[in-house]
Amino acid sequence: MIRFEQITKTYGKRLVLDNISCSLPKGKITSLIGPNGAGKSTLLSTISRLLDADQGKIYLDDICLDDYKSEDLAKRLSILRQSNHIDLRLTVRDLVAFGRFPYSKGRLTAEDQAQIDKAIHFAQLEDMAHSYIDELSGGQRQRAFIAMIIAQDTDYILLDEPLNNLDMKHAVLVMKTLRRLVDELGKTVVIVIHEINFASQYSDYIIAMKDGKIVYNDETDQVVQAHTLKEVFGIDFDIISKNGKNICNYFNIET
Amino acid sequence: MRDVFAMNSDQLLVFTIARIPRAIALVLTGAGLSVAGFIMQQLSQNKFVSPTTAGSLEAAKMGILFSILLIPQASMGIKSLAALLFTLAANLLFMLMVRRVRFRSSVFIPLVGIMFGNILAAVSTFFAFKHGIVQNVQEWMIGDFSSVLQGQYESIYLILPAVVLAYIYADQFTIVGMGASFAKNLGISYTAIVNLGLFAVSLTVSVSVVTAGAIPFLGLIVPNMVSMMMGDNLRRTLPMTALAGSIFLLFCDILGRTIIFPYEIPIGLMVGVIGGIIFLFLILRRNR
Repeated sequence: MIRFEQITKTYGKRLVLDNISCSLPKGKITSLIGPNGAGKSTLLSTISRLLDADQGKIYLDDICLDDYKSEDLAKRLSILRQSNHIDLRLTVRDLVAFGRFPYSKGRLTAEDQAQIDKAIHFAQLEDMAHSYIDELSGGQRQRAFIAMIIAQDTDYILLDEPLNNLDMKHAVLVMKTLRRLVDELGKTVVIVIHEINFASQYSDYIIAMKDGKIVYNDETDQVVQAHTLKEVFGIDFDIISKNGKNICNYFNIET
Repeated sequence: MRDVFAMNSDQLLVFTIARIPRAIALVLTGAGLSVAGFIMQQLSQNKFVSPTTAGSLEAAKMGILFSILLIPQASMGIKSLAALLFTLAANLLFMLMVRRVRFRSSVFIPLVGIMFGNILAAVSTFFAFKHGIVQNVQEWMIGDFSSVLQGQYESIYLILPAVVLAYIYADQFTIVGMGASFAKNLGISYTAIVNLGLFAVSLTVSVSVVTAGAIPFLGLIVPNMVSMMMGDNLRRTLPMTALAGSIFLLFCDILGRTIIFPYEIPIGLMVGVIGGIIFLFLILRRNR
């Protein structure tokens, strides 16, 4: 379980995270939603030690993040940020192999090779394992990065807007992959996501943020309600229930 | 081949005092500068950054100049040390600038580096002018292996540990090339690896400038050409990069010595002309 207490973060004079506390359940997908500038990405970066909070503590399985050695933490928790402008010519397999670095330190064992194969298979990238990532489409590249995270084999996987710039098909593929990570491998996945319907269809819990505060933190169906979403995003929502999951229409509602 | 074994004592002397040191210096400089270029490109995440386009060569020259101004009888060791300190400082400063620049266009950053180098060169020229040694400084501008002799070139061997260091930390450099958040995610200390890389680069650049002078473009074109063919996984490409750099430099040396035989075109000029053309080709190909 990831637990954080009284996290505060400011950029200059702007308060981005306003004294927030919360815990993220293990073995589930939790989506962070909210309008631009709500502090979602900052929160994700903070709990993944990419950013230092001004105040507050973060606990991973009840041990403070500061007490982990950096190389040990890399075996427990992984983070993939949005917009990965990598100007390197690496093959997909090489990239995925770097996910094993915390274990192998560059000397890949047979077990590492097996994990790499497994990750490539899991992300359905066998066909392009030997292609260079700069020759792939945005969706394929995103899946290659996710495969690297899978090879890293951490209990906790944090992703910042993994669907950015993906078309519908690839977005669905990525979300299905994340779902399988949780259901088949027992991972804990935390994502920042903009498309509310993807959050509604695929996540177990939703944390809604606004102005650096958590306004809702509940099971998905409890958060995906017209009045809660209106409070968070400031527009009207029409909720349609289908197969036990809520779908939101907000695209063009007459008021 | 028989001639090698049938040398008279004069020839043998030339062979051991001048020929062997020259060949070793060429091979080490070629390998070292190419690998240094590759590391700089990974650290700055930019394909066009190299000792030539980041002000490193100018900083090394500045170091030599100041060591001579302060200690007129400066030994090679002192000159190398001064060059190393100046190069390291310039490289650190350049990396700070790279990280601050928000406008991450691939051509913009090397432009900043070239301007930075020109500023350093201008400061050097000012001090050289005041002390009446502008001509000497001009001489270091153009790399030349004809003055590489036994007893004066040994600091070039320092390239060897720098290249070995690069090979040991090859994976870390590649990961740093993916960016700070990737490095942190994989449990690597980003700053420590960047500083280590800059040290290896500075060591290579400074001893090569002290021994042979500035050799432009080598650290730019060799890594880029190897990268085009073999990708950027440093662990895999480093041996090829080193080899290609040595061969390219030997080739330029032989060409420079035969074109206007018995005179010699300085290798810095040869590499500059050939390298400049290839650099243009690389930029045009990239921006297409």
